[in-house]
Amino acid sequence: AKYISQCIDEIKQELKQDNIAVKANAVCKLTYLQMLGYDISWAAFNIIEVMSASKFTFKRIGYLAASQCFHEGTDVIMLTTNQIRKDLSSPNQYDTGVALTGLSCFVTPDLARDLANDIMTLMSHTKPYIRKKAVLIMYKVFLKYPESLRPAFPRLKEKLEDPDPGVQSAAVNVICELARRNPKNYLSLAPLFFKLMTSSTNNWVLIKIIKLFGALTPLEPRLGKKLIEPLTNLIHSTSAMSLLYECVNTVIAVLISLSSGMPNHSASIQLCVQKLRILIEDSDQNLKYLGLLAMSKILKTHPKSVQSHKDLILQCLDDKDESIRLRALDLLYGMVSKKNLMEIVKKLMIHVDKAEGTTYRDELLTKIIDICSQSNYQYITNFEWYISILVELTRLEGTRHGHLIAAQMLDVAIRVKAIRKFAVSQMAMLLDNAHLIASNTQRNGICEVLYAAAWICGEFSEHLEEANQTLEAMLRPKVTTLPGHIQAVYVQNMVKLYASILQQKEQAGEKEAAQEITQLMIERLPQFVQSADLEVQERASCILQLIKYIQKLQVKEVPVAEEVIALFAGELNPVAPKAQKKVPVPEGLDLDAWINEPPSDSESEDEKPKTIFHEEEQRHTRHRQPEIDEEELARRREARKQEQANNPFYIKSSPSPQKRYQDTPGVEHIPVVQIDLSVPLKVPGMPMSDQYVKLEEERRHKQKLEKDKKKKKQKKEKRGKHHRHNSLHTESEEDIAPAHHVDIITEEMPENALPSDEDDKDPNDPYKALDIDLDKPLADSEKLPVQRHRNVETLKSPDSELPLEEKKSKKPKKKEKKHKDKERDKGKKKEKEKKKSSKHKKKKHKKEKEEKSKDKKKSKKKSHHSEEEPPASVQNGTLEDEPLPPMSSYRLLAENPYIKMTYDIQGNLQNDSKVTVSVIFENKSTSFLKSMELNVLDSLNTKMLRPEGSSVHDGIPVPFQLPPGISNEAQFVFTLQSIVMAQKLKGTLSFIVKNDEGSTHEKLDFKLHFSCASYLITTPCYSDAFAKLLESGDLHMSSIKVDGISISFQHLLAKICFHHHFSVVERVDSCASMYSRSIQGHHVCLLVKKGENSVSIDGKCNDSTLLSNLLDEMKETLSKC
Amino acid sequence: MLFFSPLLPIQQMQFMLLFSRQGKLRLQKWYVPLSDKEKKKITRELVQTVLARKPKMCSFLEWRDLKIVYKRYASLYFCCAIEDQDNELITLEIIHRYVELLDKYFGSVCELDIIFNFEKAYFILDEFLLGGEVQETSKKNVLKAIEQADLLQESQNEDWGGLSEDIL
Repeated sequence: AKYISQCIDEIKQELKQDNIAVKANAVCKLTYLQMLGYDISWAAFNIIEVMSASKFTFKRIGYLAASQCFHEGTDVIMLTTNQIRKDLSSPNQYDTGVALTGLSCFVTPDLARDLANDIMTLMSHTKPYIRKKAVLIMYKVFLKYPESLRPAFPRLKEKLEDPDPGVQSAAVNVICELARRNPKNYLSLAPLFFKLMTSSTNNWVLIKIIKLFGALTPLEPRLGKKLIEPLTNLIHSTSAMSLLYECVNTVIAVLISLSSGMPNHSASIQLCVQKLRILIEDSDQNLKYLGLLAMSKILKTHPKSVQSHKDLILQCLDDKDESIRLRALDLLYGMVSKKNLMEIVKKLMIHVDKAEGTTYRDELLTKIIDICSQSNYQYITNFEWYISILVELTRLEGTRHGHLIAAQMLDVAIRVKAIRKFAVSQMAMLLDNAHLIASNTQRNGICEVLYAAAWICGEFSEHLEEANQTLEAMLRPKVTTLPGHIQAVYVQNMVKLYASILQQKEQAGEKEAAQEITQLMIERLPQFVQSADLEVQERASCILQLIKYIQKLQVKEVPVAEEVIALFAGELNPVAPKAQKKVPVPEGLDLDAWINEPPSDSESEDEKPKTIFHEEEQRHTRHRQPEIDEEELARRREARKQEQANNPFYIKSSPSPQKRYQDTPGVEHIPVVQIDLSVPLKVPGMPMSDQYVKLEEERRHKQKLEKDKKKKKQKKEKRGKHHRHNSLHTESEEDIAPAHHVDIITEEMPENALPSDEDDKDPNDPYKALDIDLDKPLADSEKLPVQRHRNVETLKSPDSELPLEEKKSKKPKKKEKKHKDKERDKGKKKEKEKKKSSKHKKKKHKKEKEEKSKDKKKSKKKSHHSEEEPPASVQNGTLEDEPLPPMSSYRLLAENPYIKMTYDIQGNLQNDSKVTVSVIFENKSTSFLKSMELNVLDSLNTKMLRPEGSSVHDGIPVPFQLPPGISNEAQFVFTLQSIVMAQKLKGTLSFIVKNDEGSTHEKLDFKLHFSCASYLITTPCYSDAFAKLLESGDLHMSSIKVDGISISFQHLLAKICFHHHFSVVERVDSCASMYSRSIQGHHVCLLVKKGENSVSIDGKCNDSTLLSNLLDEMKETLSKC
Repeated sequence: MLFFSPLLPIQQMQFMLLFSRQGKLRLQKWYVPLSDKEKKKITRELVQTVLARKPKMCSFLEWRDLKIVYKRYASLYFCCAIEDQDNELITLEIIHRYVELLDKYFGSVCELDIIFNFEKAYFILDEFLLGGEVQETSKKNVLKAIEQADLLQESQNEDWGGLSEDIL
C-alpha cells in the first residue's frame, strides 16, 4: 500500500507535465491501479486530456482508461461529447473504432442523445469494421435514449442484409436483444428471421435467432408450429453442443407455450429428452449439468417423459460434483411416485450419511422433506415409515433445519390421526434420548425437534405407554440447558402428561402412585421457576402453584384427576389458512358499512384498522354461538373495534396449530368432524425405516393377491367419504394400496364454507395489477401511436412499458366502479351458493331480487364485451386468424433524385381547427442536404402556422440536416376553418445539396392533400351510445357500394380503421358498425356489409358534404384492394 | 410475465473478470454500469466462490440472479456473468475464443503477458466483444484489426520524436 501511494504520487507528478507521452503513460499506470481496486476518479480530467491527444497511441490509452473508470456519475463526461464526435468522424477508422468501443462502456443518456445521429451515420460507413461497431453500439444508445429507436430502426433492419457477415450478425444481435425485451413489437420481423435461420450457417447468429424465436412464440403460437420442424432438423444435424442446447431449450419453451393443440409434440419432447440424456451421459461435467437443468424444465410440463430416465438421474446423485448432485435432486422431486418413494428416500438417506459439508447435507434434508410432503403427502403410503425417517434425520449433526423436521413431525402427528400412537412412542424415545440431541452443541438447530417431541407427547399423552418414564425424562435437570422456547413447551406439556398420569392412577385406584407423581413434580419444577427465560419462569411458577394445590386436595383424598384433565380437554384440529375467508357473512352484517361514522382523521390511518377488523370479525362469528342476540353482538363488535383501532400492534393470530392451542382456549368450539378409523396398527418395537421398505414389499405382494376382494370394498368406502376429507387411499397407480387406510385430516374449514377455488387467487398477486381489461377501447389520451405512424413507430422503448402503466393510471373512474360492481356481483353469487350448500333456506323474494339485478348486470357486461373485442384486436394490428399486411399511413408527398418526402396528417380533439402534418424527409442521394425550407401556398380555408412576425410567403425551415441515406421527420401545424371538404395545397421544398463538387440549390414542388379522413380521430364508442346516436335522427345518410373486393372482411375493417381513422363498434359475422369523430365534433357512423364480392357501406353523419367526401375516399381505398 | 416487467437495461454479458489462482484480479470488463463499491464487492465474492470450487466441478454456477460461467486456463480463471436466459455453452465458447485470440496475439499466452501488456489484452477484448455482445466471430478479423491498429501506433511513434518538440 505504501508502494502504491508512492506510485500514485509519482503519477500525479507525471500528469502535471506537459508532455502528452508522459501523461499517457501515467494514465496507463492508473488504469492498472484501477484494476487492482484503487480509486482513480480524481484523474478523470487527465484521462480526457489523453483521450483528446491526436496520436492514436495515446488516444487508445485514454479511451481505455475512460472505458474502465467512467460511469454515469462522472461529471466530466459531458466534456467529452465534442471530442468523441470528432473522433467518430475521423478519417482514420481506428480512431473511430476506439471511440466507439470506449463509448460503449460509458455512454450516458446525454451522450446518447447528442451522438445518436453521428452513430447512425456511421452505420452506413464504407468500412464494415466501423459499421459493425456502430450497429452494436446502437443497442446501448437505444437503452439510454429510447427516442432514437424509431428513427434508427429502418437502418438497423437494412443491416440484417448487409453484405458483410460481421455487420449482419451484429444487427441480428441487436435486434434479438431488443426483441427479447419487447417481443411483440418485433413479430413482423419473424419471416425475415425465419429466412435467416434456415439459410445461416453461423452458429453464433443461429443461437441468437433461435433465442429470439423463443421469445416470440408465446405471442404467436402459429410461429411455434412452424419452428418445430427446422429446430428438430438442427437438433439432428448440428454437432455444436451450444447450438444443440439452445435448440432443445427453445423447443421446450415452444412446446410449453403451445402445451395444447400440437398433435405430434410428444415426438419432439421425446427427441429433446433423448438428446438431453446424451448430454447427461457425457463425461463433460458442464454438459451433464446443463442436461439436468434443461431436464427440469421439461419435468414441469411433461413429467412422464422424464420419469423414464430415473436411473440416469439417480446415477447423477453419485456424481462428484456437488452442483450436479443438486440439479439431480431438483429433478427427483418430480420423479417420485407412491411406488418408488421409499426407494428414492432410502437412497437419499444413504447420501445424507455420506455427505461431507453441511450445506449439501442440509440441502438433502430439505429435499427429502420436500419430496415426502409434496402435494399433501400424496406419495406417502406408510406414515410410520415417514416418522421413522424423520427420527433418523434428527441424528444429523449440525443441521440448520431442526425446525423443519419439527414442523413435519407436528404436522403429521396432528393430521394423521392413525399415526399418533406410533408417533408418540417415537417421540417419547426421542425425549428419552434428548441428551444425545441436545448435548452436541448449544447452537445446534436440531434440538428444535425436542419442541415437537415434547408437544406431541403431551398433547397425545393418552397414547403414551410409559408416561411416567417420559415425564421423568422431561424433568431432567439437563432440560434447563435447552433454549427457552423449548423449555416453555416442556413445562406446558409436562402438566398435560401429569394430568393423564393422574387420571390413569386414580382410575386404577393407586392413590399413592398418584401422590408420588405429584411429589415428583413439586420437587423438580423449581428448576424451571428459576429459569432466566420469562416464559418458562411464568409457566413453571403458575403450574407449581397449581400442583401444590392439587397435592393439598390429594392429601384430603379428593379425586382431582377429572378436573385436572379438564384443563386440557378438547381436541385440536388444524385450521386451513383459507378458512378465515370462507366463513359466511352472517345475515344482516354489512361489512362494508361503517359502524361508526368515519373519523375525520387522515384516510390512510383509518383504513388499516378497518381491514384488520374486517377479518377479525369473521373469525369471531365462528366462535360465537348464534344464540347471542344481534344487539349484544353489535355492542361487542363496537367495543372490540375500538380496542383494535387503538392498538397498533394488533396482528391477526398466527395459524400455526400448536400456538393456537396455547393462545386460544376457544379452539374447543371449533366443530370437529369425527372420523372413524379402525386401523390395525402394529407397533413393531422400534422399527428402522429400512425395515419398512421390506415390509412394504411383502405387503404389496400380499395385496396383489387380495386385490380383487379389496377393490370392491374400497370403492364402497370411498363413496361414503365425507366430502371434506382427502382420502389417501385412492387406488393408487397400479396395485399399490397404502399400508393402512390413513385419512389425512384436511385442514379445518368453517361449517358452511364453500369448497371453491375462487380464493386461490391471491388479491395481492402482483400480476393481478397487470390484469387490465385490455379489450376496453382505449381512451384518446392513452392511445398508442399505432395508427398514424408507419409500422416502425409501434416500437416502444425497449426498457419501458410506459403506455401500459399509463393505461392503468388513467383508467377512468367509471371503469373502476364497474369493476367493483362486478366484484360485488361475484360476491353475491358466492354467497348464494354458500347458502345453498349450507342448506339454509332463504326467503324467496330476496333471492329473486338478487337474481334480477345480477341478470341485468350480466347482460350489460355481455354486450360490452362483444362490442369491445373487435376494435381492440384491430387496433393492435394483429387478428386472431391472420396477420395483417403491414400498413403505412404515410403517403408519398413528392420525390426527386435527391429527396423523398412522405407525410401523414393527424388531428387532435383538443383543438378543432388545427391539424399536424408530419413529413418524413429521406435523403436518397450521396450528398449532404441542408438548409431545407418548406413553404406552402395558403388557401382561404387552410393556412400553415408560421412563427409570429413572418409573412405568408416565408417558408418554415426544417430543423435538421440530412446526411446521405438518412431520413428524419419534421412536423408542421396547419389551421383550418371548414373540414367538410378535402383540400389540396401547393408547396415547395427548397434545399441546398452539398457534395464534393460544391453546393447547389434545389427545389421540389409538391401538393399536400388534406383528405377528409385526416380530420377524423379514432374514437371508441359503446354500442348503446352508438344506437342512441343513430336514433336521434339528425344525421344525414348516404351509401356506396364497391365491387370486386377479394380481401377478407377482417382485413377490410382493419384498412378502414387504419386509413380512415374509424373504430369498430360491433361486428357480427360479415357486418360491422363503425364510428369516428371529426376534430370539429361531427359524428360519423358506418355500417359495413360484405357480400360475395362486394362491400356496401352506409354512412350517417351530421354533415352531408363531409359524409359524401369521406365515402368517396373510402371508395377509392377499397377499390384498390 | 417477463415481457411486461420493466427490465433493467441488461445485455448478454454483464461482466468479464480474469483472476489468478491466488485471487489477484488481472483484467475486468464491465458491461453494466455499477458503482466502484459494487464492483469490488462482486469481484471479491465471485473470486472467492470460484476459487473454492474443485477442479472436477462443472463450469457453471448460479449466483444471485445471474449465471456465472468460468473456466480455468493454466493459472488464470476467466469468469463471465450472463443472464438467466442466456446460453452457458456459447459463453464458454466466447471465453475460449478470447483465450485463443490472446494466444495467437502473444504467442502462447501466459499470465505474465496479460500483466505486462494488460492494455493489449483489453484492446483485443474490445475488438472481440462490444457492449457485452460478440462483435466479430472471425478470429482472423479480430487479429487483423488489432495488428493494423498496432501498426498505426508504431508508425506514429516513429515520427513522434520529431513532432513532440513541435507540440512542446
